[in-house]
Amino acid sequence: MTTSIKIVGVGGQGTILATTLLSTAIVEAGMDVKMSEIHGMSQRGGSVSSEIRYGEKVFSPVIMKGNANILMAFELMEAARNIDYLKKDGVLIVNNHKINSMVTLNGKVPYPEGIIEDLKSKVETYVIDATAEAIKLGNSKVMNVIMLGALVKAMSLDEFDFEKVIKENVKEKYIDINIKAFNVGLNLI
Amino acid sequence: MKKILTGNQAIARGAYEAGVHFASAYPGTPSTEILETMSQYKEVVSEWAPNEKVALEAVIGASIAGGRSLAAMKHVGVNVAADPLFTFSYTGVNGGSVLISADEPGMHSSQNEQDNRNYAKFAKIPMLEPSNSQESKDMVKDAFELSEQYDSIVMVRMTTRVCHSKGLVSFNERKEIPFVDYEKQFDKYVSVPSIGRKLRYKVEERTNKLKEYTEKTKWNYTVEFESNIGVIASGVSFEYAREALGETVDYLKLGFTNPLPKDMINTFCQRHDKVYIIEENDPYIEEFAQLHGNEVIGKDLFPFTGEMTPDVIKRCVLSENVEGVDVNHELVVGRPPTFCSGCPHRGFFYELGKKRKEIVVGGDIGCYSLAVGEPYGMMDWLICMGAAYSTGHGAQTIFDLNPDEDRRLVSVMGDSTFFHTGINSLLNTVYNGGKTINVILDNRITGMTGQQDNPGSGYKLQGQETVIGDIEAIVKALGVKHVRKVDPNDLKATKEVINWALELDETSVIITNWPCVLKKNYKDEDLKTYENMWQTTDKVIEDKCVGCRACLRSGCPSLIFDAEKKKVRIDPNTCVGCDVCLQICPYDAIVKEEQQ
Repeated sequence: MTTSIKIVGVGGQGTILATTLLSTAIVEAGMDVKMSEIHGMSQRGGSVSSEIRYGEKVFSPVIMKGNANILMAFELMEAARNIDYLKKDGVLIVNNHKINSMVTLNGKVPYPEGIIEDLKSKVETYVIDATAEAIKLGNSKVMNVIMLGALVKAMSLDEFDFEKVIKENVKEKYIDINIKAFNVGLNLI
Repeated sequence: MKKILTGNQAIARGAYEAGVHFASAYPGTPSTEILETMSQYKEVVSEWAPNEKVALEAVIGASIAGGRSLAAMKHVGVNVAADPLFTFSYTGVNGGSVLISADEPGMHSSQNEQDNRNYAKFAKIPMLEPSNSQESKDMVKDAFELSEQYDSIVMVRMTTRVCHSKGLVSFNERKEIPFVDYEKQFDKYVSVPSIGRKLRYKVEERTNKLKEYTEKTKWNYTVEFESNIGVIASGVSFEYAREALGETVDYLKLGFTNPLPKDMINTFCQRHDKVYIIEENDPYIEEFAQLHGNEVIGKDLFPFTGEMTPDVIKRCVLSENVEGVDVNHELVVGRPPTFCSGCPHRGFFYELGKKRKEIVVGGDIGCYSLAVGEPYGMMDWLICMGAAYSTGHGAQTIFDLNPDEDRRLVSVMGDSTFFHTGINSLLNTVYNGGKTINVILDNRITGMTGQQDNPGSGYKLQGQETVIGDIEAIVKALGVKHVRKVDPNDLKATKEVINWALELDETSVIITNWPCVLKKNYKDEDLKTYENMWQTTDKVIEDKCVGCRACLRSGCPSLIFDAEKKKVRIDPNTCVGCDVCLQICPYDAIVKEEQQ
């Protein structure tokens, strides 16, 4: 049985670090894992996504539409955009945060309203105030690790040792705040 | 020991373990991280070259001198490097030599989707196609052995998903390989026509030997599930097919794909009632199978473009559509990539936009390609690296001949693109007396691929300090008389310099000079030049903002228009104080934060 997790957001939100931490923890638990991400153009404020698949033996590194067990979205509209990757009985974990795109910034097209309500009516949804919590911790960038904490709680992935993984994969001066962020995330679900 | 690596990291690891001595590349998605990873191995000399041709040539020299060498590039980079590649195929190697080509089915970050497997066939060199990270490492190691055994550069053809997806890879120790002695061999390395004609026979003999090798190599094998349906696949398509079709079909997995194994393919086709060929981009394996009389199902069924992901395979082979949760399209608007907050290209394109009726913009490849999008629309064409000045020159020549046309060509490219192939293009314009306006958007780094150093940045790939290529001096040395340098965050100065160039009737060059907001390494003298860079933020005085939205025409993602209040505010977490919006605001409603 292969589990598929898709992480989506906006370029610069740290989807890649979250994916790296999660996949490293899965490897240490002795499972086969593949992950996939797209680099390049989209990093400049565009939509970004990365994908993790793990289980006994994994072939494809990419997730098909309708096949993700979990969709973790760092931004509301990105959750709405990618919801078709989620299985009908899958779980959505979404950061309650809006980032304007070039199209909505100039006010010509409004940022869509009612996203949370729409998503909640379709799938099991956890709405997390991760950006607000990250700012409380003093660094809005650790939103990604707060979300990771929430994911770990929602998925009951407690057997993985994330504290160790954070220590090994994050620059020394950011280790403490990331461990704090992870624990904040654990307690938000 | 096992670690989780991207295919690119695995290529670097494999080359390292194979004892590679020298590696060179020009950055390009999806290949960039190969050399970035390689640079961390201190036993290997790793370099950024100004372009792919130069990278491959340096690698050829290293091989002739007796070292193991590797060049890495994206698919279109091989076009640039094709000239030395085709003759290096004739001369063969001394130390083992490997070329990594990173193709882009689906064009995630590229201008075309060319299938570089055709290059291996065209240049008559052996080719390996890994499907995952472990194979990337194992195949590149074997590629060095094959290179020395068969006296040829070997191509390893990657694709985006192999490059950028991660999988588990087992590590081995590096094997130190002694240098092969260098001896003068005119009849091997000096490809004048009389010698080239002899080498051509040698290439044919090599191909014949490789035709035997491809039938017995471990890289081509079958996976049997006693089915009467067969699938032939290479690269990541094999993994996709395994995912989509599982154990319901038999597989012929092809990892060594030039030359292709004729007997193996024929036997596999004969043993199955129905054979699907699943491959990304061109019908490379399909046409070969058909040429040898096999009836196979390929591009008539599968899409001719894009990635052959499991959903595509399921749809085509099983008529199965996987339905997920419905997207409510009213809740989604586009999110195209855009210039970062503080990007030095913003001020220039804002000012250039005021001239949009008088000018045509010849474009090039880099972050500034994003000027094609909202709100700029400031790029009329984009062809390839370094083409802005030369295409601009040709276009201006026709406009000048056409009595109904009086528009001026403004051609734009970045510093890294200028060093790549822009210098030749500019030389052509000034030599032929062109009157185009040629802009070098110098942000002191190779931006789009992720802040790689280049001949203008003052640092080498492995961190050593080096000379800073003087763009202004190069331009003048080419013969350009009219050269001006400007800080693109200073809108008044930028406007003035654009007007100055439009008045001229000879080749002119504008160098905009301000660092990329993401650039990390600076020399002390840089820090003096760019004083107080990114240290401030700007702020809207709400009472003064009348909601005219003039500032939004800068296209800065830090500016947020509040539709209810009809006022703009600035996101303090992302603003870096470039002051472009501050200069645009007609009501002085934007100020530096500390002035409050």
